Amino acid sequence: MALTRLKHMKKTTRSNLITFGIVIVFYLVVEALMAGGLTSSSFEGQLVPICAYVVLAISLNLTVGFLGELSLGHAGFMSVGAFAGVLLWTVLGKTLPAYVALPLAFLAGGLVAGIFGVIVGVPVLRLSGDYLAIVTLAFGEIIKNIINACYLGYDENGLHFSLTDAASMGLAPDGTTLINGAMGITRITKASTFTMGIALVLITLVVILNLIHSRTGRAVMAIRDNEIAAQSVGVDLTRYKLTAFVISAVFAGFAGVLYALNYSSLVARRFDYNTSIQILVFVVLGGMGNIRGSIIAAALLTVLPEMLRGMDDYRMLIYAIVLIVMMIFNQSPQIVAWRKRVAARFTRKKGAPAPQKEVA
Amino acid sequence: MALLEVSNLGIAFGGLQAVSQLDMTIEKGHLYGLIGPNGAGKTTVFNMLTGVYRPTEGNIILDGKDITGKNPEAISKAGIARTFQNIRLFNEMSVLDNVKVGMHNQVPYGLWTGILRLPAYREKEHEMNRKAHALLKIFDLDEQADLKASQLPYGKQRKLEIARALATNPKLLLLDEPAAGMNPNETEELMQTVRSVRDQFGIAILLIEHDMNFVMGICEEIMVLDYGRMIARGDGKAIRNNPKVIAAYLGGD
Repeated sequence: MALTRLKHMKKTTRSNLITFGIVIVFYLVVEALMAGGLTSSSFEGQLVPICAYVVLAISLNLTVGFLGELSLGHAGFMSVGAFAGVLLWTVLGKTLPAYVALPLAFLAGGLVAGIFGVIVGVPVLRLSGDYLAIVTLAFGEIIKNIINACYLGYDENGLHFSLTDAASMGLAPDGTTLINGAMGITRITKASTFTMGIALVLITLVVILNLIHSRTGRAVMAIRDNEIAAQSVGVDLTRYKLTAFVISAVFAGFAGVLYALNYSSLVARRFDYNTSIQILVFVVLGGMGNIRGSIIAAALLTVLPEMLRGMDDYRMLIYAIVLIVMMIFNQSPQIVAWRKRVAARFTRKKGAPAPQKEVA
Repeated sequence: MALLEVSNLGIAFGGLQAVSQLDMTIEKGHLYGLIGPNGAGKTTVFNMLTGVYRPTEGNIILDGKDITGKNPEAISKAGIARTFQNIRLFNEMSVLDNVKVGMHNQVPYGLWTGILRLPAYREKEHEMNRKAHALLKIFDLDEQADLKASQLPYGKQRKLEIARALATNPKLLLLDEPAAGMNPNETEELMQTVRSVRDQFGIAILLIEHDMNFVMGICEEIMVLDYGRMIARGDGKAIRNNPKVIAAYLGGD
């Protein structure tokens, strides 16, 4: 009964429901396995990062797959979100109950990442292609280096801040250091759980999928497909590019908070160029513009390196090769034509007999 | 008052004066043709009318409002829609969605209405789907509504582009070589469609076309451009016998 209804549903609605189904089934299976004591602790430690990377991949897909702009600074948004969220959590977590402080921490992370999205997006979205990639790449590196040099603390006189070293903050002896330069934030009260991670994944899915299938999403995809034509039917390019870019940044911020609250310390080095590339690999491997693909790729590629620890030295090398192969596989005209021929042969086998037979 | 009044319009790219001293009036509900040899500046005129290029001199008044030098979004909102010489569809989007993007400013709702699926979402999407299907039906495209635009055959892509332009609810429709690459049957069919679009929507249409049968067959008035200047305007017969036009096309002293 339910299945027949699923068959008659609109194609996009059905596809979305399957995506939600995959996430929920994954959650239930993992929870059941954990309850039965069938999971290793290293796998359990991977669960929150998996959720964070899934959210990152979905959000980057909005920029890369739906807006059609290559961004190499996604880890930068993750970083500012993580630091904002963790700071708020450290300060408020002591006084407010967790169910108030945690959502506030997430909101702060998303908000700060979104603000950075606007700051970077306004000038950068006038560029396109390689230039956009270069500027976002630089943004990620700049953010990393600035936070690495940040010293922040508070005492009874209020907040103290320095970009040189801990001493020049002028903190009273009984003051508390919040960010300690390259050492980052330490002694974080871990708060992230797998359930929280899955909840964030589901929220991200609802928002991004609804967005894509709305007027705004169509405007964004129209810009990707043909800027001049989009403009000619009255689509405001700057506005919709910025909307997509900022929403993408906000969710990277949420993911950053989720990720950071899974560990007892947080350093800016963790959100470097390699992390941005890693998220991009999830998106490219899962298929640009394919949300379900992003989810599966992010989950698999987070778990696999852990299982294949022996090959750790070669991971970035393998990523690079995979990226190149995927680009060729998806973009090279000859290979695309070859794939179409193969696909056509398969559909013909399944469907009606080949046309020659009909003639005979 | 005329729907579109263009006076003394001109544009120079560096030292090259592509169009100069162009005057043009377009009345509501009429069909106009813009012809001329290659490089005469026809598409440049379209690009100025739609805000792709900013004219260096002159004025464009649409329905009493000065739209000279406005950007393409603003001009689309003001009521001019166009198609392109080299088809520009949203290739990865469905045929239906191409038309729905055309309704971007006709059936608007906000970002949050879409994300939170507020009641207005369902209502507006329903309205858009209904209107889009009706438009596609006129162009005999409703069967292919769910295909990707890039999967349509060439002739249908041209039609979809017109449907998308009409979705913006224009007062004036500009068609840039609508019959290019079509065979005689398709051209004949397109003539019927263009005529019926004009009758059904009551809009003015200005088209650039090299197929003289097409132009002579449906345009009530023809304007001839050569070296960026209008050298003649009138009905088909007058244009055909105009010595300046013959000289422009065939060469002469």
